[in-house]
Amino acid sequence: MDYASALELQRRLVAERQQGLVGDQLLLVEHPHVVTLGRNGHRENLLASDEILERAGVEFHPTDRGGDITYHGPGQLVGYPILDLREWKRDVAAYVRAIEQVLVDTLADFGIAAGRIPKLTGVWVGERKIAAIGVHIARWVTSHGFALNVSTDLSYFQYIVPCGLSRPVTSMAALGVRASLEDVGYVLAGHFGRVFDCQLPLTAPALAGARKRELI
Amino acid sequence: MTDVVMPQMGESIVEGTLTKWLKKPGEHVERDEPLFEISTDKVDTEIPSPAAGTLSEVMVEEGKTVGINTVVARIDENGAGAAAAQTAAAATTAPEPAPEPTPAVEAAAPAPPPVEEPAPAAEPAGPLSPLVRKLARENNIDLSRVKGTGAGGRITKQDVESYLAARPAATEPPRPPAPQPTPVEPAAALPPAPLAPTAPAKTRVEPLSTMRSKIAEHMVLSKRTSAHVTTIHRVDMTAVAHMRARNKAAFQANYGFSLTYLPFVTRAAAVALRQFPLLNASLDGNNILYHNEINIGIAVALENGLIVPVIRGADEKNVLGLQRAVVDLAARARSRQLKPDEVLGGTFSITNFGSFGSLVGTPIINQPQVAILGVGTVDKTPVVIDDGIAIRSICHLSLSFDHRLIDGALADQFMSKIKQVLEGWTEEVQ
Repeated sequence: MDYASALELQRRLVAERQQGLVGDQLLLVEHPHVVTLGRNGHRENLLASDEILERAGVEFHPTDRGGDITYHGPGQLVGYPILDLREWKRDVAAYVRAIEQVLVDTLADFGIAAGRIPKLTGVWVGERKIAAIGVHIARWVTSHGFALNVSTDLSYFQYIVPCGLSRPVTSMAALGVRASLEDVGYVLAGHFGRVFDCQLPLTAPALAGARKRELI
Repeated sequence: MTDVVMPQMGESIVEGTLTKWLKKPGEHVERDEPLFEISTDKVDTEIPSPAAGTLSEVMVEEGKTVGINTVVARIDENGAGAAAAQTAAAATTAPEPAPEPTPAVEAAAPAPPPVEEPAPAAEPAGPLSPLVRKLARENNIDLSRVKGTGAGGRITKQDVESYLAARPAATEPPRPPAPQPTPVEPAAALPPAPLAPTAPAKTRVEPLSTMRSKIAEHMVLSKRTSAHVTTIHRVDMTAVAHMRARNKAAFQANYGFSLTYLPFVTRAAAVALRQFPLLNASLDGNNILYHNEINIGIAVALENGLIVPVIRGADEKNVLGLQRAVVDLAARARSRQLKPDEVLGGTFSITNFGSFGSLVGTPIINQPQVAILGVGTVDKTPVVIDDGIAIRSICHLSLSFDHRLIDGALADQFMSKIKQVLEGWTEEVQ
C-alpha cells in the first residue's frame, strides 16, 4: 500500500475512532520505497538529494508523526495502531513502551534478543536498530506507529540518518531469520492483543486468510 | 480567562516540547479544536483547546520545552474581547480604550500606537507590579517589547532592567527615530504583546542536531571531570619530513593514498604510551585502570561535527598500517559507515588541527581517557642549532592531560619520548 493511501486511511479511521464509530484498529502494511520526515525532523538527516532519491525510486513524504526521518520499503512490516488511549492508560510514554514490548516479544518468538536503549525510542539488537517508532496523537487517538525490518534492503537507509541518530540499522533477515511479513505480522498481532489487552478486528484468521494480502 | 497548560501526557512525563501553535494570538478557537502540538519522546500530540474564545496570550514559544502544568497560553472566553482584539488589530493607529481590564492581545501589532495621544490609562493585561509600571513609565518603555520571565510570563523588575540594559544595542525595534516630545506612557496602556515578531528576525533559531548535542554534552562533561593541563613541546620534524618525502610518491602509487605526518606522530605516541602506561590509563573512582591495549582515537572533522574512530593495537602497526587505518577510518567516518565499536574503546586520542593551519591548540580530553595529543602544523622555520641558524621543519605538539592522575613531570617525560622518536626517525615506513 503506498504511503499516501495509508495516511488517508489512517486519517479516516482516526476520525471515526474519535467519534466512537469504530473500535481500536491495527493496520499492518508494507510500503513501496519511501522516506518520511516527522514534524520535528531535520531535513539535513536526509543525506540524498531529490534527484538521487528519484533515481533510486524512493518517494519523499513529510508527515505529522513524532520522530525524525525514516525509511519504509519492501520487506518492512509497518504497523499503524489506531487506539483510543483514554480506554487504555492515558499515557503516551507507556504507549510507546508498550509498542516496544510488542516488538521485543515478537522478535523473541523468532529467536532474536532485542531490547530497548534508554532515551532512544525504538527496538534495538545490540547497537543496531531493528524497529523504529513514531507516533501522532490527536484527542488521545493514536496514529502512525512502528516499522519493523523483517527483510528490508538495508542499503536504502544510506539515504538518511535514521531518526537523526548515526547508528546502524539491522533486520531480521540480516540476523539470519528468514520469515515472511505474514508470519511476523501474525505473531505480532497476537502480542499486540495481549499487551494492549484488546480484541483487534484484525484477528488471526483474518491475517492468515484471504484478507492478508491487502492487509500486509 | 482560561489558562491553557502543558498537559501531562503520562505518569512518567514531566515536561513537553511545544512544537507548533495551530492558532495565532487573536484568533478564535472552539472548545476541543486543536490548539497546539507538543512532542514527548517520539510522540507528537495535538492538544485541543480547553475552552472556546479568543487566544489572547501565548506564553511559550514554539520549540520550547516546559514542565507539565506550565501555563502556555490564555483564552478569553468573552466574545467581546475577541471582537475588540480584531478591532484593535485593524485600527492600530487609533487604539480605543481597552474595553475591559484584561483585553485580548493582537496577533502581530505592526507598530506601537501613536504617542501623541496617550491612551487612557487602561490596566494592562496580566498582573503588573506597581514597580514594573513605574519603571516602564520613567524609562518610557513599551512593555509589549519586554519578554516576561516571571510566573505565567509575567514581566518582572529584572525583565525591565535587562531590557533597559540591552536596549541601546539590539532590541530597540525599528520605529521612527524622532524623539518623543514628552514622556508619555504608550506602553503601559498596551497589554503585553504576543511573541510574533514585527520586525525582520535578528536571530534564527535552529535546534541542535543529535550529534551536536552529544558533542556539547561530552565536551562539558570532560571539562567538568578532568583537571585539564596542557603542555607544549616544539618538535623538529626534519628527519620525518625527509622520510616522508622519500616515500610519498611510492605510497600514492602503491596504495592509492598519500603519506602524511599524522601516522609518524601516532607511531611515536604509541611507543611513548608503551613506556608511560599511565598516559594510556583511565580513572575509575579510586582505581586506576591500566589498559593493556593501545587504542588510539583519531579525531575526524565532519561537516557539522566531530567523531573519534579508534585505531586498535596502534603500537602493533607501522607507519603504513597507521596511515591506511587513518585514511580508512576518516573516509568511513565522513560517509557515516563506521561501525559502532569502531568509535569505542579508545585509550588515548590524537587531534590533528595542524591540517587546518593551527599552530598550537589545547584540546579537550576524550573521556574516560586521561590525555590527548594535539598536532600543530609543520612549518619550515629558522632555528638556532649550535649557534648557527638552520631551516628545519618544526611542529608544535601539545598534550592536554588530566592532572588528577598525571603530573607535569610525567607528561613532559612522555612528550620528550615522542619528541625523541620523531627527531631521530630512522624506522622504515613500509
